[in-house]
This record gives sequence, C-alpha cells and structure tokens, in this order.
Amino acid sequence: MIKVENLSKFYGDVKAVKSINFELNDGEIVGFLGANGAGKSTTLKVMTGYLTPTAGNVYVNDLDIQSNTLEIQKQIGYLPELNPLYAEMRVYDLLEFTGNIRNITGKAFKNSLARVVEQCGLKGVIHRMVSECSKGYKQRIGLACAMIHDPKILILDEPVTGLDPNQIVEIRNLIKDLGTEKLVLMSSHILQEIQATVNRIIIINKGEIVADGTNEELMSGFMGNTKLTLEIKNAEDGTVKALTEKIPSISLVDSTTRNGSQILHLEYPKEKDPREELFRYAIDSNWVVTEMSPHSVNLESIFRTLTMEDTANA
Amino acid sequence: MRNLKAIYLKEMKSYFNSPMAYIFLVIFAVITGYFFTRTFFLFDQSDMRSLFNIIPLVYLFFIPAITMSLIAREKNLGTMEVMSTLPLRDLDFVAGKFLAALSLVLAGLLISLVHFFTLTQVGTNIDYGAVFTGYLGIALAGAVYSAVGTFASSLTDNQVVAFIIGIFIVLIFFLMDKMLMFVPTSLTGIIQFLSVDYHLSNISRGVIDSRNLIYFASVVGLFLFMTVRILEIRRWK
Repeated sequence: MIKVENLSKFYGDVKAVKSINFELNDGEIVGFLGANGAGKSTTLKVMTGYLTPTAGNVYVNDLDIQSNTLEIQKQIGYLPELNPLYAEMRVYDLLEFTGNIRNITGKAFKNSLARVVEQCGLKGVIHRMVSECSKGYKQRIGLACAMIHDPKILILDEPVTGLDPNQIVEIRNLIKDLGTEKLVLMSSHILQEIQATVNRIIIINKGEIVADGTNEELMSGFMGNTKLTLEIKNAEDGTVKALTEKIPSISLVDSTTRNGSQILHLEYPKEKDPREELFRYAIDSNWVVTEMSPHSVNLESIFRTLTMEDTANA
Repeated sequence: MRNLKAIYLKEMKSYFNSPMAYIFLVIFAVITGYFFTRTFFLFDQSDMRSLFNIIPLVYLFFIPAITMSLIAREKNLGTMEVMSTLPLRDLDFVAGKFLAALSLVLAGLLISLVHFFTLTQVGTNIDYGAVFTGYLGIALAGAVYSAVGTFASSLTDNQVVAFIIGIFIVLIFFLMDKMLMFVPTSLTGIIQFLSVDYHLSNISRGVIDSRNLIYFASVVGLFLFMTVRILEIRRWK
C-alpha cells in the first residue's frame, strides 16, 4: 500500500507538486493522468526516492520514503520516463547487473531471468546489445529490469510512449496481467491508453489532484447535460422557437445555418432523454431530419474540462 | 560491498568493451616508455626515477580523461535516475566507479613494469626498495587524481566540462609546491603539505612515512565524500 500525504515538491520558485494526497492499494492498477508539466513525473520521482519532497511524505507499507529509502526501493520496480538504458551493454548483462544490485544471484537470478524473459518477450534479444534493439524491445528491457526482483509495487512512467499500436496492446496486456497481483501505478498523457488499462484514474493538473476515481465514477460525476446536435431542413423559425416550449427538458444552445440546413446545438439532462419526443415534434413540424447525434461525455472531455479550467480562468 | 562490486564490474566491462581502456593503456605505455628509455641508458643509473618523474605529468591529462564519463555520462543518459532508484547506497556507487578508474590506472602501471624487468636485466646494485616505494607513490597519486576526477565528473552532465574541471583541480594539486615562491612564507608549510608532489617525492625517496599515507588516504576520502554529497544534493534540487 502506498500513501502520499501532503506531498509538495518545489524546484526553486516553480511549484511542481502542491500538497497532494492519495492512497493506492495492493492489486490496483492506477493511471496517473496529466498534461505535460502537470507534476506526474515529479510525483513518481519522489515516490521512488529519486527526489526528496519539499514537504509532506510518502509511505510504502507504513515505511516513510525519507528515512527508509533503500528499504522502500527494494519493494518497488520503477520504469523512468524515456527509459534510460546502458546502450553498450548486452541485455543479459544489464539484467544480471540489475539482479546483482537487487541481491538476486545464482539460481535465483536464473529463475528471475526466465520469468522476465517470458513475461516481457525478450527471448530473441537476450544476447543482443541494448543499442541494437528496437524501441519496443528497449521498453520491454526497461520493464524487465524493473520487474527482475518480482516487486509488489510497479511504478511506470509513460510506459507506452513511442510504441506502435501492436506493442502498446502487448504492454497493456502485460500490465493488466501484472495488476492482478501487484500494485501498478502508471502515468501517461495518452487518455485511451489509461482508459483501456487501469481501473482507477488520478488526474493531476498544475501540481494538484483534480480528480480521483474509477473511469465510471469520473464519467458519472461529469455527465451533467448531454449535448445533442440536430441538423434539419425545411424548418420554419416559429417551429424552432417553439421547440423548447414543447419539450421543456431541452435547451437550445445555438443555431447555425449551413448549405440550406439548420444546425441546432441542444442540451438536456442525462436522465431525461428527449429524442423520441424530438422525433415526433419534427414530424409534426414537417422538418426533414438529416442528423441527430448525442455527444456522450468521454475521458477526453473530462480531462480537457479539468485541465483547461485554470487556463481559462487565468 | 556486493553493490560496490556490481558497480565496479560494470564499469570495468564498460572500459574494456569500448576502445577507451585500450587507447589509454597503449598511449600510456608508449609515452612512459619513450620518456623512460630516452634517458635510461644515457644517464647510466640503475633506478626508475625518470619513469616516476614522467608518470605524474601523464596522469595530469589521462586520469581526468578516464574519469570524466564516470558520473557525468550517467547524468547525461538519464541512467542516474535508474541508479538512484535502485537499493544502492551513493557511497557504493561512487566507490565502485572510483575503484574501476583506479584499476585502469594501476593496469597502466602494471604495463610499465616491463621497464623494471629491463632494469633487472641490465642494471647493477638496484635499490629494489626505492623502486617499490616509487611505484607505491605513483599508485597513491593515481588514487588521488582518480578521486578528483570522480568528483569532477559528478559536478556536471557534460563529459567535456568534467574533463576540464578534472584537469583544473589535478593541476592545482600538481603545481601547488611549484608555486611556493609566490605564497606568503607563513603559508608555505601548509601549501607544501597539501601538494601531491611533496608527498610523492617523500615516498619516492624510499621512505614510507605514515604522514604521507594519511595524506593520500585523506585526500581520496575527502573527494569521494564530496562526490557522495554532490549526489545527495541532487535529490534536494
């Protein structure tokens, strides 16, 4: 279990992380979402003991990171952003070196090696130089180094950046598999990736946590009004104006004209779907409906709402 | 200790898997060999003083060159982040790197033993004690400069800058006792004591004085300690 308590990290005058709090439980796959420069990597760096917090603390299984750094680092596997590796080493040597540092030698290393080679699909490259491996393989090598000691906690900073769609699916499946028994915290700014992989999302913006919950919780919290685009022909002004009186749950946001069609942007509360009434009203008013499309809220719009608000207010 | 060994072996592999070690060893052997043999037969003396005089000069450029990449490269590649998040004490990390650089320097000295064999073949009344202490002295000076180079490498993520800083600090230690005439009389004793050359010449004369050994050990310890501190400061930035 990881507990982040009032964690702040300032780089001089720049306040990268401002007093954030959250708890992560074993067996959870948590996505850490935020725009570039939001404070994701800084938080992860503090959690792994690479940086010291300006204020607050991180507790891993009740040990605090500042006084038990080495002990906590033994329990964590970390894949840093950009996945730095020793290019001049062979993959086997790199894994052996990481194993040595983690006190995995001899038979234990052989077993660990077999496990990570299998999990990360490194069989074909194990005796190659790291520099000769493709980007996808390098990412897997980084992941294998992070997992060589079979840690209970995996912290992955942007694990799928720069991978092709097939590799992304492979890494995603691997993370999902690992998540059944480990606590996995992965950061990303690729929303679809987070949505497809994790079961809880924490969104950070300008160093503060602006949302924390499952995908469904975030969706329901942000549903509010559903937007609906209605494209019609042959509509008289009067009938359009009377629409909101006839169907009170609908509000007209705006109306534009394009190629002889009138495009209405409407909103309605999610629990009062007015589309059937709207359809009947259109027939009664002799409208020709060429498009009727509701826009459901997705993670992207939630993310944009949460992270753009401050910019708009500033 | 286990981690120190892992870092040490990784660095040694890194030196010997790249041209770095071979270039260093060959050029070191050629330069020291040239300067030694140039005067050895001319002076007709059964000692290795000319070798022990030239090696500190060769160190001046060579040691900063082999140490410049130790930490600066890790910072530049980003692997420093990986190292810092492994359960690895900064002291093991720094000491492992320092010992690897020192081993390369000692390998260079080992090659120069070929001149010692020349001496045993052609020399008479050889003072083996002086040869031994001479080697001990330059090995210790090599340790001091390797520690300085390791420290310089921790100050920046640019290897060229690390090299220049390394040369600069090594040069200060090298020149200290040659600049005594410019120093107020009250300070000459201290400056002289701080100079590597002063202690080196003491040892090379065949006298192993604990003061000299403590000096070398303290300077190595000080620079390695400062390197560890520099790495710790990074966490607070």
